[in-house]
Amino acid sequence: MIPLPLDLGELGLDGGATVLLRAALGPLEAGQRVLVLGSAPSLALHLRAWARAEGHVCESPSPADHPPAGSLGAPPVAVLVRGDAPSARWRGAERAGDPTPAGVAEHAQARWGLCARGAKVEAGGPAFGFALSDKDTLWTDAAPDLYRAAAAAQWDPAIAIPWDAPRDHPAFVEAALVQVLTYLVENETAALLVPARFCAQVHPHFREIMQLLAIQAADEARHIEVFTRRALLGGGALGLSTAGGQASLLTLVEEGDFALASFLLSVLGEGTFIHLLGFIHMHAPDACSAEIMRLTAQDEVRHVAFGLSHLQRHASHDPGLRQRLRLATERRHDALRHTAGLNAEVFDALVLLAAGALNPEAIGRGHAAVARLQAQMDAGRRSRLRQLGFTKGDAETLSALHTRNFM
Amino acid sequence: MNETLVLGAVVYDAKVVTIWDGFQRWFAARDLLLDYVLYSNYDRQVEQLFAGAFHVAWNSPLAWLQAERVAESRGRTVEALAMRDTDQDLTSVIVVREDAPIARVEDLRGRRVGVGALDSPQATMIPLDHLARRGLLADHDFEVRRFDVLVGKHGDHIGGERDAAKALMSGEIDAACLTDANHLLFTQEGTLRRSRTRVLTQTEPYDHCNFTALDDAPRDLVQRFRSLLLAMRYDDPLVRPLLDLEGLKAWRPGRTQGYALLGAACERFGWLDPFLAHMADR
Repeated sequence: MIPLPLDLGELGLDGGATVLLRAALGPLEAGQRVLVLGSAPSLALHLRAWARAEGHVCESPSPADHPPAGSLGAPPVAVLVRGDAPSARWRGAERAGDPTPAGVAEHAQARWGLCARGAKVEAGGPAFGFALSDKDTLWTDAAPDLYRAAAAAQWDPAIAIPWDAPRDHPAFVEAALVQVLTYLVENETAALLVPARFCAQVHPHFREIMQLLAIQAADEARHIEVFTRRALLGGGALGLSTAGGQASLLTLVEEGDFALASFLLSVLGEGTFIHLLGFIHMHAPDACSAEIMRLTAQDEVRHVAFGLSHLQRHASHDPGLRQRLRLATERRHDALRHTAGLNAEVFDALVLLAAGALNPEAIGRGHAAVARLQAQMDAGRRSRLRQLGFTKGDAETLSALHTRNFM
Repeated sequence: MNETLVLGAVVYDAKVVTIWDGFQRWFAARDLLLDYVLYSNYDRQVEQLFAGAFHVAWNSPLAWLQAERVAESRGRTVEALAMRDTDQDLTSVIVVREDAPIARVEDLRGRRVGVGALDSPQATMIPLDHLARRGLLADHDFEVRRFDVLVGKHGDHIGGERDAAKALMSGEIDAACLTDANHLLFTQEGTLRRSRTRVLTQTEPYDHCNFTALDDAPRDLVQRFRSLLLAMRYDDPLVRPLLDLEGLKAWRPGRTQGYALLGAACERFGWLDPFLAHMADR
């Protein structure tokens, strides 16, 4: 059989000819031949060495191997007989599921590793130990849309926030704002660490989930930045951080179960924070603070939507999940029973922000506003708990057990 | 307990441990117990093969010749059990700078020729014999510059050849001796710059390493080892990474005709004599 001609012209194996060689040999069956023509220096020498290393056979061309005279420009140099090794490498390879979100696997194989979903994976690769590899514990069909929305809604603190907006409020209001911002920073740090931790445990097959957790962590990184920057605008020191507040956050950061952590953080904590950020937005003493609260609350809404969405799906596949969520809430409540909860400084600061003045009437108004805020927070939690399938009574009980620290 | 086949290998690189640990597991899964002992140099390995320290040696071509000659002197025989596909039909080249006034081998007379390690069959012994056959005797008709890296390992480490290639480019030497595979590698990686060098001459094909067994090795055990080796397939995902590390796609039955060139070189230069004298005393 006449070998297929491959004219390399003046291209040598040191200049990329191996790409053409592989392209020519790849589609052939083992044993089929390619007549290589070319005029690069050392071409025959290099073909011999290359073929040996690749598992092909390199033969000298015989007169019978020559293509018809005049059909090609460069002289015949070698005949390569395709070996089996290039095909053998891909025998036993498998597709890592389907690339579309609709095709995610029920269970992602450890041997798929970091490959793109739907890629063909060579057998024999390392097994990655991702703790979260099951669709039921991770997935929500809303993930692709939520990720797209999150990516599109990213904002640049340098541009989006009116840092130079006038600040003409009294010093005690500024001090109250700084205290609240100080509190927000430590809470948002917990809200960064939790998704960051689980992001590294999610099998990349569920890439939209991994991306959502990553962008959630990035959101929180930005929130930490803008809260800190605004707190320092007044030129004073940051506020207070209480032992009770940190104890509450420790129980959140240490929760090792993805579903439970997501429930405590997103459904209960961040859900509650949406109301808090809205409250501060409404009572913000300057345009800069107001815009910060508006933008951060927008991000938090997405975080809550993701948590609710994947837990709803999880609960529909795992009837025992709700009981575990209930126990987690009770356990956290018990652990925090002897702590102070929301520190008095933050509570007072919220009252002062809403009051805007240091007189009994204004403080009374501010206090009533904070009471309404807490009622809204409770109503919101109960609503989200009902969306997860808890009964009205259970929702009321669990909402009441949620940490007094809000997050 | 089943008998264990013990293999001797020389550590030319830390990956040798990875390779043989991996093969050990692969053989164990096929009911062949394999253990290995490592040496820092081939002289010791061949000496210990005859001392009965292990059953099969993973030998360089020079170590094969050493074993063959010692066996011959003692009325014994050795067998080349198997070798890599990449051990067969290697060639070496002598490379000069493109602009050098060296058109023929004869033009190397009086010049500086860089070779690999003192004991490298492919980068020193076979190329120097190649020149001798063409009338140029090392250290007599031309100056030999040795790039000795890891002497004792029979040139298994390519560092000496790379040093020679660099010396050629810098003008320190007039010609460098390299294997065809390293010539390709050095041109691809740029150590030898494109169009700045040319191949002056190329040796005849020769063979490289093999698994060597002495005639008193446990026959069934050795044959089982050999048949399992030859049954290794590149499409086996468990063994493929090891074959990649060891640089082969398939094991081939051993053959010895490919050592004739090196044998002739050793005859000409007496390179085996010190080792054979050492073994004669033992």
